[in-house]
Amino acid sequence: MGAGRYNALALLRGAITGHRHWGRAWRAAEPRGPYDVIIIGGGGHGLSTAYYLAKVHGIRRVAVVEKGYIGGGNTGRNTTIVRSNYRQAPLQSLFEYSLKLWHGLSDELNYNVMFSPRGALFLGHSDADMARLAERGDAMIANGLDADLIGRDEVARLVPLLDMSPDARWPIEGGLIQRRGGTARHDAVAWGFARAADSLGVDIIENCEVTGFLREGNRVTGVRTTRGDIAAGRTGICVAGNSGHVAGLAGIKLPIESHTLQAWVTEPVKPMIDTVVMSQTLHCYFSQSDKGGMVGGGDPDFFPSYAQRGAPIRLEDSIAQSIALAPALSRLRMVRSWAGVTDMSFDGSPIIDELPLDGLYLNGGWCYGGFKATPGSGSVYAHLLATGQSHPLAAPFYLNRFADGRTIDEVGSGPMPQSR
Amino acid sequence: MLLIPCPHCGPRNQEEFAYERTLDSVVRLNDAPELAIATLYARANPRGQEHEIWSHTCGQWLRLTRDRISHAIHSVEPL
Amino acid sequence: MRDAAGSIPFTFDGKAYAGQPGDTLAAALIANGVRLVARSFKLHRPRGIMGAGVEEPSALVTVGEGARAEPNARATDVFLYPGLVARSQNAWPSLAFDVGAVNSLAAALIPAGFYYKTFFGPPSRWMLYERFIRRAAGLGKPPQAPDPDHYGHRSAFCDVLVVGAGPAGLAAALTAVDAGKRVILIEQDAAPGGSLLRERVTIDGEPGVVWAANVADRIRAGGGRVLLRTTVSGYWDDNFLTAVERRVEPGQPAEGDAQVLWRVRAGEVVLATGTIERPLVFANNDLPGVMMAGAARALALRHGVAPGRRAVIATSHDEAYRTAFALADLGVEIVAILDSRTQASGPLVEAARARFVVHAGARPLRAIRRGIGLAGVDALIDGAKRRLLADCLAMSGGASPVLHLHRQAGGALEYDAARGGFLPGAGRQRHVSIGAAAGEHDLSAILTLARVVDPLGPGSPPAPGPLWHDEAPGKAFVDFQNDVTTLDLALAQREGYVSVEHTKRYTTLGMGTDQGKTGAMVALAQIADLRGVPLPDAGLTTFRPPYTPVTMGAFAGPMKGDHAAPIRRLPLAAAHDALGALWVPAGAWMRPRAYLAPDETVAQASLREARMVRASVGVVDVSSLAKFEIAGPDAVDLVAAVCATPVAKLAIGRGRYTVMLREDGMVMDDGTLWRLAEDRWLITSSTGGAARMARHLTYVADVLLGHPRAAVVDVGEHWAGLALAGPQAAAVLSGLTGAEAPAHMGLGDAVIAGVPVRVLAASYSGERAFEVHVPGHLARAVFDALVGAARGLGGGVYGLDAMDHLRVEKGHVVIGAEADGRVTPADLGLGGVLRKTGGYVGWQALQRPALVGPVGRRHLVGLTSVDHTPIAEGAMLVMREGEPPLGHVTTAAPRVAQDGAIALGLLTDGATRHGQIMLAWSPTRRSTVPVRVGPPLFYDAQGARYRD
Repeated sequence: MGAGRYNALALLRGAITGHRHWGRAWRAAEPRGPYDVIIIGGGGHGLSTAYYLAKVHGIRRVAVVEKGYIGGGNTGRNTTIVRSNYRQAPLQSLFEYSLKLWHGLSDELNYNVMFSPRGALFLGHSDADMARLAERGDAMIANGLDADLIGRDEVARLVPLLDMSPDARWPIEGGLIQRRGGTARHDAVAWGFARAADSLGVDIIENCEVTGFLREGNRVTGVRTTRGDIAAGRTGICVAGNSGHVAGLAGIKLPIESHTLQAWVTEPVKPMIDTVVMSQTLHCYFSQSDKGGMVGGGDPDFFPSYAQRGAPIRLEDSIAQSIALAPALSRLRMVRSWAGVTDMSFDGSPIIDELPLDGLYLNGGWCYGGFKATPGSGSVYAHLLATGQSHPLAAPFYLNRFADGRTIDEVGSGPMPQSR
Repeated sequence: MLLIPCPHCGPRNQEEFAYERTLDSVVRLNDAPELAIATLYARANPRGQEHEIWSHTCGQWLRLTRDRISHAIHSVEPL
Repeated sequence: MRDAAGSIPFTFDGKAYAGQPGDTLAAALIANGVRLVARSFKLHRPRGIMGAGVEEPSALVTVGEGARAEPNARATDVFLYPGLVARSQNAWPSLAFDVGAVNSLAAALIPAGFYYKTFFGPPSRWMLYERFIRRAAGLGKPPQAPDPDHYGHRSAFCDVLVVGAGPAGLAAALTAVDAGKRVILIEQDAAPGGSLLRERVTIDGEPGVVWAANVADRIRAGGGRVLLRTTVSGYWDDNFLTAVERRVEPGQPAEGDAQVLWRVRAGEVVLATGTIERPLVFANNDLPGVMMAGAARALALRHGVAPGRRAVIATSHDEAYRTAFALADLGVEIVAILDSRTQASGPLVEAARARFVVHAGARPLRAIRRGIGLAGVDALIDGAKRRLLADCLAMSGGASPVLHLHRQAGGALEYDAARGGFLPGAGRQRHVSIGAAAGEHDLSAILTLARVVDPLGPGSPPAPGPLWHDEAPGKAFVDFQNDVTTLDLALAQREGYVSVEHTKRYTTLGMGTDQGKTGAMVALAQIADLRGVPLPDAGLTTFRPPYTPVTMGAFAGPMKGDHAAPIRRLPLAAAHDALGALWVPAGAWMRPRAYLAPDETVAQASLREARMVRASVGVVDVSSLAKFEIAGPDAVDLVAAVCATPVAKLAIGRGRYTVMLREDGMVMDDGTLWRLAEDRWLITSSTGGAARMARHLTYVADVLLGHPRAAVVDVGEHWAGLALAGPQAAAVLSGLTGAEAPAHMGLGDAVIAGVPVRVLAASYSGERAFEVHVPGHLARAVFDALVGAARGLGGGVYGLDAMDHLRVEKGHVVIGAEADGRVTPADLGLGGVLRKTGGYVGWQALQRPALVGPVGRRHLVGLTSVDHTPIAEGAMLVMREGEPPLGHVTTAAPRVAQDGAIALGLLTDGATRHGQIMLAWSPTRRSTVPVRVGPPLFYDAQGARYRD
């Protein structure tokens, strides 16, 4: 790391020297193939894949090619929630693996990603909700995860601003909390992985858009880009939101559609809510950032789009629901809303597999839940790209599961992404 | 907030409509299983124009030709 | 000139003051000599008033009291009202002595992004630091209580929407009105006029402000709508715009709606949004007393308030010269005008030279602080540093057209090197930018049809201020709210956060409540300079809604309380209430859960009701079930496509159980199918799936079958449904109808209590049972008759829980619990009811390899509690605690027919596990119950009881 290690002492030194000793967090690399592995997409998943390739598998001739700036897609557009409280075992295992990595990530990367396990709380609004939450919690614990089913009183203690009155539109009966879940600083995750991967020799090539694939028969041998052809032994697509487009450059259709998901943030205020609050009955979620803004979101926009912009009705819905749960939110002011493009797979679960062309791999289909998977996704994808074999945790997420009838449908809503 | 011209009702707000699927992903009742699965699960998902099926709350099913980046609607026909 | 004494009392930090009508809080504070208004976000530096409107980055205060307190209000954007209570924020113990200002001393330790480089260790350690960081961050105190205010939503349509009631917007709106267009003119200020409010010009012989008010009146008189104190905050697809109207000021009680969110669909949009002045970058350019030249002019000319006693004007272009005249006319001593241009000429400059000291090629290097405010400025004049004493520094580094809405709408940008900034390029939607927002600075060019007299003469286009290269010690701010300095920008570049989005996110540049309105362009110029690229190559961050912060309650509008989402009530809701129903939400519906006797728990009541059904007869309201009639010569094709069970051979007047699949072969819904006539069918299906089924039926009809000669009518809301079940059900029915009850799965018409009804003989409880369908508005008499007759035979009403107990005993599945969207008919033991020939939706997907073989699928099973302990619903099915689950409990229930506890579950390879003992293990509820696996049928296995 040209910049030197990050620690308090180095900051102190900077205070004296005007912080002139800090170097670039990652080099502005030029393409210089051939590479062992090219990763398309410089989001958190792509950068973490590169890092684990170099760190765990010793493969250092690796390039990450990014069409814009790193972390500029969904990595920088999410609501920063980290959790593994899924119902289906394969998802639990994959996200829990990721959650464990989150817990050591700042030290691992020597970059404070501000992972803050402040608890991820699902609210229950009826006896039936509570039974479903208990089922989820039981499944989690049975699979080695942490979960606590808590009653009204504890919910009220954790989040005093919730409307606990019995005649609320959605009365709160209790909740399921995963205390090891929480939030992280989303941009820092991309930057931290970039810096750590760079220090291991990975080339991070920004402003380099893939426009096609180099082919020898049925084998992909690299990528065509706006900065020239780059050869590679293996090529990994890691562009969730744009998986359909990039796979389309290789003539492959996927069980994925790109949809819009919006989010909002309010003006910063002093600490108001400590826990990440979510309601699956209502389709809304919110938490408070370290800067003080309440960050939240709700349903996607329900139709395919790459536009990165949404409709106000979706914002109105998620805000109305959030206010119904925490009425004091009403007087805060929204300072910004934004939209990302989500890779909606046709069972709601990711796809991590080799594609029908030799040497071409896919990591995508994360729907609106990819951020929390960042380290785990990179780790298992690196395994696939390094060995050609699926990591056991990623094996259930193979592409042919749709044709085989082995879909992993967490919500049980079937193949139409807009029903999710 | 899209303004979608329903052939039956005229231009109406997006919230009255629902996206169903792409035109090329309609599984016919008598399609062979392999074809049906391929049709159901493979989408081109283009960054650009696509033919889609939408419904309006009036009960009309629509064929929209629509751009997925500009959100421009090039044509709407009743299905 | 303004009177010395004000007439409107208000308080700031508990101290009483008075202001005058039309004052902003900012104007009133300055008029009262208050200069220190706020503390900055990170460094807690003292801050005063910088701007004059919504762009204000620094002067954020909390306005209002109690539940009406509104944090982070811009003092420049709050109009005074009697009794206004304002408080400073982000300072402790007080604004003047703020402990947080220690951050300022430690500033060298905490440059941009410092937190990424330290606070390592386990997350628990980070959270320890984070607690302090979170307390230090934020600005105002959060509201705690529910919002007492109401917010409305209104929709509007117009041919032309004009945003901004400055001279350009007024003229455009008037022209459109005169042309007969439907016009809406929206202005964020409380008065029309825009820049005219802070200039001294005459238009058509009237003072600019009077002209503006007159034009607004003419627009109204011509049928146009003029919305003042309203901000267009979002420009969405297809010319849809959202605007927020403030009907009261922050913290002020409202009679009706405090704010209204307008949702406007416009034919054309005219963006006359004006400009926002840019600051100059120099050391300590944030001190109270340093303000924008236009803001100082607005204070003087609009409010009659002098921003200080001795003022220095620092500028890079002509416009700020006007400020010198305006302040001088109020008696402010103009120490000097510092003009960074080496060549400054033109009528405005010459007029100034005649009256003031003007230094060309001069600029401020450093503001001098005394106490908490400005005492003077070290300036570069004629190549030497000179100190000028002043308590006001009015600065201008050019002006940026307000492009937010243009960009939200997808409009392009054009770089204008002379202005050092961007102008609106081609629009993507139907919008056009005019006036200052389009780069026109000359009023006579904007108002071509009017006679404009500007006593000072026109100025030159606004040119950008000089770049800052740290020529003097002290922090030079480019983002005043978030304390981002030129050093932070340089650090970000040095560390490779080069993309403007990276710079923004690394330094928090432009991420405050002002979203960089004031500082963005000067920051961009600095960044381009650091990178050595032309400014347009440095890139621009995305403009996103809202333009200015919008109260969350305004988005929600009327969607609060019970109106947050519609509640659906049964046609017989009043009758159930009269019987003491306990209501339970079922999707959007409220349904009776049980009818509690005194001192009875829900569980006791439900078991009593269920046993009543088994013993005699009960009535349950099933009105919310979905019901569809399908009629026409091709109806049978449609029914056969949707229903996976045999259809064509169903006799007229008969029904059968049916199941509908999704295209992936999973069970979508189930219900009963009835043949009312040769070409007429009735389908009932689940309550929760009603909307999905309605859509599915029309999709299959119109898209898959290509408009068959069959009509689908959703009759769910036409008919109330009352299920009558129990060994006495047939007796009750025939007693009321005077006719023999239909045979099981038969149907017939009848009359009950004088009301014609349809009777379907179907059983969900396992007892002989009937569904009585009756038009909703006539249902009460039938309900009362049924309940009365049932009571006469020892029966009565029962609720959802009892219905659930009964169906569990019979192994009937529920959509959602057992049919959880991941099961095939075969998984539920329904493989045998499917049509062998296919041809229905989903049949192909069932042929997939993993669904054909029985191994590894979850099967529906019955579970019996070995020791009669209740089974926890949702519990995992395991061989031993801690082992991976093989399945789970989908629904648990007490046994009705005898003591004990049973459940249904989904269990991997469950069909092969009958007889095994497993554990229903619920670690979240600390419950472990041994259960015996068996078939999902606990009662009357032969089905003798429900047949006639």
